[in-house]
Amino acid sequence: MEVLNGKGVCDGIAIGRISFLKQHHAVVQRTRVEDPAAEQARFEQARDKAAQELSQLYRKALREVGETNAGIFDIHRMMLEDEDYNESVENLIHTQRVNAEYAVAVTSDNFADMFSSMDSEYMRARAQDVRDVSNRLIRLLSGSAGNGVPEAAAEAESEGRILCADDLTPSETVQLDKTHVLAFVTRHGSANSHTAILARTMGIPAVVGVKDLTDAWDGQMAAVDGSQGIVYMEPDRETTTALLVRQEEAEKYRARLRALKGKENRTRDGRTVQLYANIGAPEDIGAALFNDAGGIGLFRSEFLYLRSDDYPSELTQYAAYRKILESMAGKKVIIRTLDIGADKQIGYFGLGKEENPALGYRAIRICLTRPDIFKTQLRALYRASVCGNLAIMFPMITSLKEVLQIREIIAQVKAELTAEGFRYADHVEIGIMIETPAAALISDRLAPEVDFFSVGTNDLIQYTLACDRQNPLLEPFCDTHHEAILRLIGMATEAAHRHGKWIGICGELGSDTSLTEQWLRMGIDELSVSPSQILRVREKIRSITVE
Amino acid sequence: MKEFKYVIRDEVGIHARPAGLLVKEAQRFSSAVQIHRGDRTADGKKLFALMALGVKCGDEVTVQCQGEDEDEAARALQVFFRDKL
Repeated sequence: MEVLNGKGVCDGIAIGRISFLKQHHAVVQRTRVEDPAAEQARFEQARDKAAQELSQLYRKALREVGETNAGIFDIHRMMLEDEDYNESVENLIHTQRVNAEYAVAVTSDNFADMFSSMDSEYMRARAQDVRDVSNRLIRLLSGSAGNGVPEAAAEAESEGRILCADDLTPSETVQLDKTHVLAFVTRHGSANSHTAILARTMGIPAVVGVKDLTDAWDGQMAAVDGSQGIVYMEPDRETTTALLVRQEEAEKYRARLRALKGKENRTRDGRTVQLYANIGAPEDIGAALFNDAGGIGLFRSEFLYLRSDDYPSELTQYAAYRKILESMAGKKVIIRTLDIGADKQIGYFGLGKEENPALGYRAIRICLTRPDIFKTQLRALYRASVCGNLAIMFPMITSLKEVLQIREIIAQVKAELTAEGFRYADHVEIGIMIETPAAALISDRLAPEVDFFSVGTNDLIQYTLACDRQNPLLEPFCDTHHEAILRLIGMATEAAHRHGKWIGICGELGSDTSLTEQWLRMGIDELSVSPSQILRVREKIRSITVE
Repeated sequence: MKEFKYVIRDEVGIHARPAGLLVKEAQRFSSAVQIHRGDRTADGKKLFALMALGVKCGDEVTVQCQGEDEDEAARALQVFFRDKL
């Protein structure tokens, strides 16, 4: 047994085999093809090759594990021949002029989603088969190494794995199929990196910064202790037993939290606070509701832009917002407008490289200088506003001028919609993120112009302490409880309340239960946290006496 | 057009394996094959569409065959359902 130390960023215990992510093939790139007919021919070749591979696998499995288990490869082969699947790929190649890999990936997602949404558990599990067979095609198309035959590959699909990688980019973490991931372990990364935040969102045990991690461990047994930040390689029986006991305790803890569903977020002495969820895609709404979120305190709208190959149209956005609002059935949904920049790139925006992206051309700065993009989003939001309880929030505010400009654009958008005969809700709350020291310092000037503040603690910490949160070397210097941070939040709270406005916290500090009591004393009105953290924070709130 | 009704007995319904076999069987004939469940219909020659129909144990399906060889197709499929589902 070998014991490796890292930083635990999401609690939980996982025991299983390691799968080392080969990152070059993790993401399918979209490219434009000049000759769709040739691209289609490539697709057909790959399909023939995939069918051959699957026949070989079928025969091999038939010999070794029998007909019942081998059947899955037969099904995969039939999936390859499905008319609708092939039509979808071919249509994408011809009408969108995309490469075959991309066409397959999109088709795969659509069909997998169809299965995932079915009411039978068995059928939902078939989404995995669609992905499996599509990945085989993509691998063949991109000519990557490996012949795809080994049993290990088939085995990996059926049992969960501990996913290891040097590091995971936000897009990789998002795009990974999480159903079979028992835990994340990365060589790089810090507690505040996107990987860590996403792991917590998904409730998957995670350890980052494991310096001694190597891909030589691919396929070996390991045990991951997310709360202690330890990875045991080839754990001995004693260790495994101890961890299993803790795993059981953790299950009991989860059961205790489950019992808090439907209970109020009320302190012992009767103070209540709103507890909302932070989410980044419509499919997270389920987790938010499942964990009893009172509303959505931060809906990151980037998904619309990330999942599109061009600026999403007003109608596309409207449909998405409408669906979100309707799924939340009257509960408040705070949608944050586009928040991208040089560190969160989207190809078609054509943003240049920057020396210092955190301090660069991003978020509201892009929106205010490219009003076409901004107005499209606002029009879609206002049109959707009649379908539920919408609030809109603007990121990266540093000055009063920005807020006034935003309000002017909103007035234009409303006037245009009225002129065109579109309806919108009478009162849509407008809020701003307090995530720069500047915004906190002038919060008394900003408060009269908005309905609410929401503190983005991640950026507020980074900008106040001058610490890049992705840089693990800075962790000793990045004291998230630094007095400067607490004072800035205190100032903003005082300013908001003085003007009769409410204030929430939607950053990571919102779920830091060692600060919950302080937030309540400060007068914070709302905490918005990852869905998986809601009940834990509720438990904390219910244990506190404020006065 | 030939049509017959059948109540599914297989515990998992028309799951992947029999769906695949059913598609293969249907494809042997030139006739169009439609499978109806409630108010939804799937082309019996398309695997994903058939699976998406989500036919469960106890569901009644109506199978319709239309075309030159509809008699043979309906007969063959009736046997198939009885044997496999």
